[in-house]
Amino acid sequence: MSLFGKDTDPVTRTARHSLIAMIAAIGVGLGASQAVAEDEGAGHGDGAATGQAETLHYPLEKPPLLDWSFAGVFGKYDRAQLQRGFQVYRQVCSQCHGIKYVAFRNLADPDGLGYSEEQVAALAAEYEITDGPNESGDMFTRPGRPSDRFPSPFPNEQAAAAVYGAAPPDLSLMAKARGAPRGPLWTVIDFFTQYQEAGPNYIHALLTGYGQEPHAGVTVPPGGNYNPYFLSGPVIAMPPPLADGDVTYSDGSPQTVDQYATDVSAFLMWTAEPHLVARKRLGFQVIIFLAIFATLMYLTKRRVWAAVAH
Amino acid sequence: MEGHSTYQPRSGGARWLERRLPIIGLVHSSFIAYPTPRNLNYWWTFGAILTFMLVAQIVTGIVLAMHYVSAGSMAFDSVEAIMRDVNWGWLLRYLHANGASVFFFAVYIHMFRGMYYGSYKEPREVLWILGVLILLLMIATAFMGYVLPWGQMSFWAATVITNLFSAIPLVGESVTMWLWGGFAVDSATLNRFYSLHYLLPFMIAGVVALHIWALHVAGQNNPLGIDVKSKEDTLAFTPYATIKDTFATVLFLVLFAWLVFFLPNYLGHPDNYIPANSLKTPAHIVPEWYFLPFYAILRAIPNKLLGVIALFAAIAVLFFLPWLDTSRVRSAVFRPIYRQFFWIFALVCLGLGYLGSQPAEGGYIIASRILTAYYFLHFLIILPVLGLIERPKPRPASITEAILAKSGHGAPAHAAGGAS
Repeated sequence: MSLFGKDTDPVTRTARHSLIAMIAAIGVGLGASQAVAEDEGAGHGDGAATGQAETLHYPLEKPPLLDWSFAGVFGKYDRAQLQRGFQVYRQVCSQCHGIKYVAFRNLADPDGLGYSEEQVAALAAEYEITDGPNESGDMFTRPGRPSDRFPSPFPNEQAAAAVYGAAPPDLSLMAKARGAPRGPLWTVIDFFTQYQEAGPNYIHALLTGYGQEPHAGVTVPPGGNYNPYFLSGPVIAMPPPLADGDVTYSDGSPQTVDQYATDVSAFLMWTAEPHLVARKRLGFQVIIFLAIFATLMYLTKRRVWAAVAH
Repeated sequence: MEGHSTYQPRSGGARWLERRLPIIGLVHSSFIAYPTPRNLNYWWTFGAILTFMLVAQIVTGIVLAMHYVSAGSMAFDSVEAIMRDVNWGWLLRYLHANGASVFFFAVYIHMFRGMYYGSYKEPREVLWILGVLILLLMIATAFMGYVLPWGQMSFWAATVITNLFSAIPLVGESVTMWLWGGFAVDSATLNRFYSLHYLLPFMIAGVVALHIWALHVAGQNNPLGIDVKSKEDTLAFTPYATIKDTFATVLFLVLFAWLVFFLPNYLGHPDNYIPANSLKTPAHIVPEWYFLPFYAILRAIPNKLLGVIALFAAIAVLFFLPWLDTSRVRSAVFRPIYRQFFWIFALVCLGLGYLGSQPAEGGYIIASRILTAYYFLHFLIILPVLGLIERPKPRPASITEAILAKSGHGAPAHAAGGAS
């Protein structure tokens, strides 16, 4: 089965991944508890500035803005890019992260990945789904069907937390649940330029942001991963997930971390907003309709009011 | 203003109904023959826009309610099911969520228009007070609606706001627990918020009916702020106001569609796409943009109870506006000093909105305190004093005279006692 090209050696991969993650999680635990303490101080209450010595603001660096095919009025998903991104998700991210809101049948959406019904059925059958209870009251596993949703790598959050220290979040909505703040000026401009790609820009920046020299004033705990794009602090629990050449593309696209990160960010935009293309298509029609309607109303209004001074 | 219905039923059926229930006559006198001042500008179209938005919110809301599940364990998932699997569910939800935003946008313009042209003054005090009641109901409805998706911001907004009640001396803790239906914000809280979120819009609709009734008794104010003197000063609601309102509403829908179809998450907070988690406080808890000025006022006060009092006072003071403004001249057009204070006040409100979105620390806190003080100063000191010392400009004798002067058909307006 090579249609979706499984990783050649998933076992080693997972082992390496989880070992680093565990070490990292311990290091970050300290930082996280400190962050919680700060949050409580920032809430309403006995007021005023609680005099934190911390002067760094996160993320330390703004994510670079990429050109996305799905941006703008006529934005559409790039089918090949989504398929590559899905491949990256499947071979790398899915070891730890689920996409539980996505069903296999969604992969057949022509506005999205556009696989055929047969391809989707074959893919779904590769997964084991827990179903039941059956007539004797037992749960059982069966091959997946297109109507099933992607099974998560862990049965529950506790199981994931037990392995990694903190549960790796589900990625279905990640592209809408993250985004670097833009500041007041850009926020105004974004209304007119229709900037809605903060999520994928953030994911791409985060995935490519490992391995940099830490900012002055930042101490990285042993096993911690410095990442200047991380929203909640200088150090993230997740170790660098991607390396050049990790995923083999069949369409000749560059097999670099940057390309993987871009593709998987686009894929996660699709998992978060599967009806984006239909929305923009309808939106354009609605705006055209309203423009014509408004013109007619304006002309009628002028005609009605022409006879009276006002 | 309303007068007796001039409606003459033509068909036999209409005559039969009119003798038993004059409902066609009521509609005719309210929305067809109803006389509107002929000098109304486009700021007066927001009443129609708001009516449209209320109906739109109720219609989309009722359909969403058919698919939404108000249990803590299922609410977030049911919203995702609406977004992914319900036919046109994404459209309904984005219309409803962004509809709340543009609803508030329109209501704030409507209120500032009332303040600029003195629409709250005699004989429209009750009309204004009903409007403030509608605002209060809208705030409650929008807040509870924001809790329903049960994301991180939903949950923590509910926690922060319900905790405000714990500031009440003696009974605060009990009241808060009673609101929660438990010992913390949880599924029981979500359920009651859902019930009330469904109820309140119909209460809004009821108060809107009273608001329109009061409007049709007192008659509309107008940009000159002077009374209607003769039939000549007015035009029939239909076709004149109807067509203008329709045109303005369609333009407003362009803004609405721009948000819904191209920027559906622009006004939302990313954290609300993270399921509610009572163990993880978001770095910054911020309300929706339309509550930010009030949020800034709340956080400006270093004492919790006083902060809550200031928050409620910021809205309560609006009820007294008709009596706090001592000037007998309605429109800011003829009040040169008030006009400047009006714009300062508008900027202060925008400033408070910005500060409400920033963390409560350092310079932001100091700025919030200054602007909060000014907010109350405007109502409690500036308006009462200004009315006594300001020399208003001469007002035209009538609306018609002013219009004819403007369009060059008659003598220029001369001094006359207009507003009183």
